[in-house]
Amino acid sequence: MKNKFLGVIVASATLALAACDGGIFPKAAKDKESVPVSATKTSTLDDVKKRGHLNCGINTGLPGFAYTDDKGNWQGFDVAFCQALAAAVLGDPSKVKYKNLTGKTRFPTLASGEIDVLSRNTTWTLQRDVELGFTFLGVNYYDGQGFIGRKSLGLKSAKELDGASVCIQTGTTTELNLADFFRANNIKYEPVPIETNSEARAGYLAERCDVYTTDASGLAATKSTFKDAEKHMVFPEIISKEPLGPLVRQGDDQWADIGRWVLNALIVGEEMGITKANVATMSSGTKNPEINRLLGTEGSIAKWLGLDPKWAMRAISVNGNYAEIFEKYIGKNTPLGLARGQNALYNKGGILYAPPVR
Amino acid sequence: MISSKISYTGSNKSRPPPPNTVGVIGWMRSNLFGGSVNTCLTLISCYILWLIVPPLLDWTIFNADFTGDVGGECTTEGACWAWLDQRIYQFLYGFYPPNSYWRVNLTIILLFPALAYVLFDNLPFSKQGRWFSLAYPFVATFLLIGGFGLEGITTDKFGGFMLNLVAGISGIVLSLPIGILLALGRRSKLPTIRILCVSFIEFIRGVPLITLLFVAVIILQLFLPPNVTLDQLVRVMIMITLFASAYMAEVIRGGLQAIPNGQYEAGKAMGLGYWQSMRLIILPQALKISIPGIVNTFIGLFKDTTLVIIIGLFDILGQARVLQTNPDWMGKVDHETFLIASVFFFIVCFSISRYSINLEKRLDKDHD
Repeated sequence: MKNKFLGVIVASATLALAACDGGIFPKAAKDKESVPVSATKTSTLDDVKKRGHLNCGINTGLPGFAYTDDKGNWQGFDVAFCQALAAAVLGDPSKVKYKNLTGKTRFPTLASGEIDVLSRNTTWTLQRDVELGFTFLGVNYYDGQGFIGRKSLGLKSAKELDGASVCIQTGTTTELNLADFFRANNIKYEPVPIETNSEARAGYLAERCDVYTTDASGLAATKSTFKDAEKHMVFPEIISKEPLGPLVRQGDDQWADIGRWVLNALIVGEEMGITKANVATMSSGTKNPEINRLLGTEGSIAKWLGLDPKWAMRAISVNGNYAEIFEKYIGKNTPLGLARGQNALYNKGGILYAPPVR
Repeated sequence: MISSKISYTGSNKSRPPPPNTVGVIGWMRSNLFGGSVNTCLTLISCYILWLIVPPLLDWTIFNADFTGDVGGECTTEGACWAWLDQRIYQFLYGFYPPNSYWRVNLTIILLFPALAYVLFDNLPFSKQGRWFSLAYPFVATFLLIGGFGLEGITTDKFGGFMLNLVAGISGIVLSLPIGILLALGRRSKLPTIRILCVSFIEFIRGVPLITLLFVAVIILQLFLPPNVTLDQLVRVMIMITLFASAYMAEVIRGGLQAIPNGQYEAGKAMGLGYWQSMRLIILPQALKISIPGIVNTFIGLFKDTTLVIIIGLFDILGQARVLQTNPDWMGKVDHETFLIASVFFFIVCFSISRYSINLEKRLDKDHD
């Protein structure tokens, strides 16, 4: 009974925090014990297996990351993680029930246990990790906030934007970053608050603002839809760190480990050259011991995780390794046309780095 | 001379009115060019229409693209309708399994007779029809959700305009009786009932709908026993219905207050009890007065069904938004998808409003 009551308090607090876009709210007077809502005896892994499907929280629609195809199936970079996790745990990537969440509902829904994992382009911040009581599984996309503007402004740098009007999505961390950036550089701006990305795009094209700011991936996607894309430029400054990744409730370390290593398996898959095409043959044994450990022909990592030895093989065989997922949904040959940039492997000029599998 | 003037000379037909007072010309003279101000306004309106209509038609039809598999194939300046053939089913049925679309269609077709027997009273077989109307909610639930031999379909597959209709119509049907009871309760002489009704109405009206929905979706689960889950869509439908009921109660209370005391006293004088006099004397008059307000609430409720997005269900507006994020169509269909969604809403809301005008005329028994 006590747990349930505490749960209510936490859910209300997270709701309030989410509604004010976490962070600016003074820390509510609540004790640390109330944080792990999932202080239940049963493990998430057992729940998922018993239920027969994974409940995965995704966006209500974000180009490249979560969208529907003609058949009404969810697709995208964030969705691919849900599929890989379901394949690893349940053996079938289609055994996922997607729960579409807005920026405001995502944290309370995860806290209440309605979803097992949240894979919804969520920035890893201290407050979300510590105060809201979640565990981030890693980073699957390094993003950062940037600006797009018309070349006709004749500016080279975002620091020259003194007095500019800026289109901005309300209720996001971008709003706070923007204020910080302009204050730090001692320049003034005039915010033009806008609700959704597509409205912001329309507002910018209708010249309601001089520049538009959002995450760099969003800027690239937005720019790719312009008819006169060559007349616009993305400013070189990236004014914030936005490490995006999947997260789970704090308090079930086994489940967090599984999620973390499914994500790492995809990254290691790229590093080791394990692809969708060759994963089946590789999983019958190779000369590389790390591949063998990952794909279950050597060692006992599967046992430690509480899964069967073919978990990583199945995870990679859904949409391929990290690189294949990236190129399929958001890479160069998609309408979004994002470059790997920071999201390349550490040995290829990026900062994507998975710990060793041993 | 005089006699010839008044003598009856020809046929007994009266002469037709002057040609410039009848027909199209006459109508235009009296309605559009009746005076200098009138003429000015007409000309200005024509000019504005001239500015708006041709470009709109160009955009929606003449310059529009109708074929293609991805947004990139829409190259003209006009609208891009190429998505319609792939996506219209999602706009109508959401994620409902395609081989079961007939169940939704049948539900909607059956809705017409069910509604007709409630709304119109001069139909054949009206007795059986009334029973059918009463049974309809159960038939519809069975058809949409399944069970008893039909394949079961969970409500998270509901979507598109069908979801708006399901949530809207059930809200409309339930909020009227609940609203009437609340209105009567608020005017009750029994303090417990009155205080309960007043606090309910004032609480619901004092809180934004979206807050109530958040509570229903997120907080409610924590109060329920672990094994009891209430379907998300049902939770939202309950909240929308309660919200509309509170407004409905106030609209009807307005109608009740407009009934002169004499009517209540007449009821008592006839020896009618409370419920009898309400049913036979007061409510028929009060509801008639309240029709415009009731319909207003209905239309508002129907449009509020778009808020189901917060439980992650995609009604027609949600489908429009999600199509805008599909990389194949991104940036090409922003206006088009919203236009389609608004056309659907307009059709339903306008029909409701037309019916209410018809109803007002039919019930207008004033002897003036």
